Amino acid sequence: MTRLLLSGLGAALLVLATAPLMPSGAHAAGGDDARADLLARYAAEAGADFPGFSAERGRALFMGPHAGGKPETPACATCHTPDPRAMGRHYRTGRDILPMAVSANPDRFTDTADVEKRFGRDCPNVLGRACTPLEKGDFITYLSGE
Amino acid sequence: MFRPLALAAILATLGITSPVLADDDYMPPVRHGATAKECGECHMAFQPALLPAGAWHRLMAGLDDHFGENASLPPETAADIEAYLVAGARRRGDPEVIRITEQRWWRHEHDFSPQRLARAGAAGPSDCLACHKGAEQGYYEDD
Ligand code: HEC
Ligand code: HEC
Ligand code: HEC
Repeated sequence: MTRLLLSGLGAALLVLATAPLMPSGAHAAGGDDARADLLARYAAEAGADFPGFSAERGRALFMGPHAGGKPETPACATCHTPDPRAMGRHYRTGRDILPMAVSANPDRFTDTADVEKRFGRDCPNVLGRACTPLEKGDFITYLSGE
Repeated sequence: MFRPLALAAILATLGITSPVLADDDYMPPVRHGATAKECGECHMAFQPALLPAGAWHRLMAGLDDHFGENASLPPETAADIEAYLVAGARRRGDPEVIRITEQRWWRHEHDFSPQRLARAGAAGPSDCLACHKGAEQGYYEDD
């Protein structure tokens, strides 16, 4: 009884200790579901003549080079590196960025708010405009298969 | 054997920050979830004690053009972060200057050449971690 109580307390403390730093919904177990939901949402937003997502188009978006954005960041790969399984590096600050490939980082594309926030920041830097729902789905499809 | 650093660390664990130890080699690390997450994405989450309150207010008012980046956040999140930063802000410093690396105390501690930055592999002066490996834990005494 005491043991049960104590282990319960331990678990509660563990949750308390880690909760603030853990993005909600970013648990590896539920990750595939969360990613599938996100893709379904982008598919719906893509409209009536949605052609299906393409890993190949996603790869082209990732690798660039693109014109229209900041000259220092012609590609997503500028910060996320051309190897999506590797650690990235923010080109201005030197900050490490965890790998984008789902195989290397199962938490990727599982928190809608985080994903939308970063598309909103990163696409204008690279492309000079927002990404379309089709591009977002292509990007996630490419990185889910890497 | 008595090291102010160790004492500061102990006090910090107990949640006490002593004005007597307002020495710059240790600053309590960021323990606020939203700040650690949102302000630790593009660079390390800088400790509240690195800027005076006025500078944090100014910086937080301009997140949509944050050194040329869009770092904007939902208003509730931004207000939550601002409150945390201001509560732990540095007592002194120039409230007009939102760069830590342009505050006088910082420039006094750091007088290095571009070559020295390059040798450390630092992306720039604000890349604290390149030189202070324990910066995110609050330790700045090493180099
Ligand atoms: C200036 C550097 C930089 C560039 C260029 C960049 N990103 Fe990012 N990106 C980041 C950082 C920093 C993060 C946040 C840290 C993290 O999620 O590990 C991030 C995260 C993301 C995320 C969030 C993923 C998740 O699981 O939450 C998406 C989506 C993303 N980037 C898309 C893109 C796309 C698309 C491009 C190219 C159009 C791009 N990024 C270019 C720096 C960059
Ligand atoms: C989208 C990326 C991004 C996010 C998110 C972000 N920053 Fe920054 N921040 C930068 C860049 C880029 C610089 C400039 C780096 C340089 O040129 O040295 C910077 C610089 C700073 C500096 C000045 C560093 C110096 O030179 O002394 C402070 C302070 C700062 N950020 C605080 C914050 C706070 C607080 C937050 C959270 C509310 C935040 N940042 C979120 C990208 C970001
Ligand atoms: C190129 C390397 C380099 C970079 C980048 C750098 N520092 Fe330093 N820092 C040093 C050196 C060298 C000293 C002085 C020697 C010492 O006290 O360790 C120092 C001293 C300090 C001190 C005083 C420590 C004490 O003992 O009182 C603080 C605080 C500090 N740095 C904070 C920062 C912050 C915050 C940043 C990022 C905004 C930063 N540093 C970036 C190299 C660097």
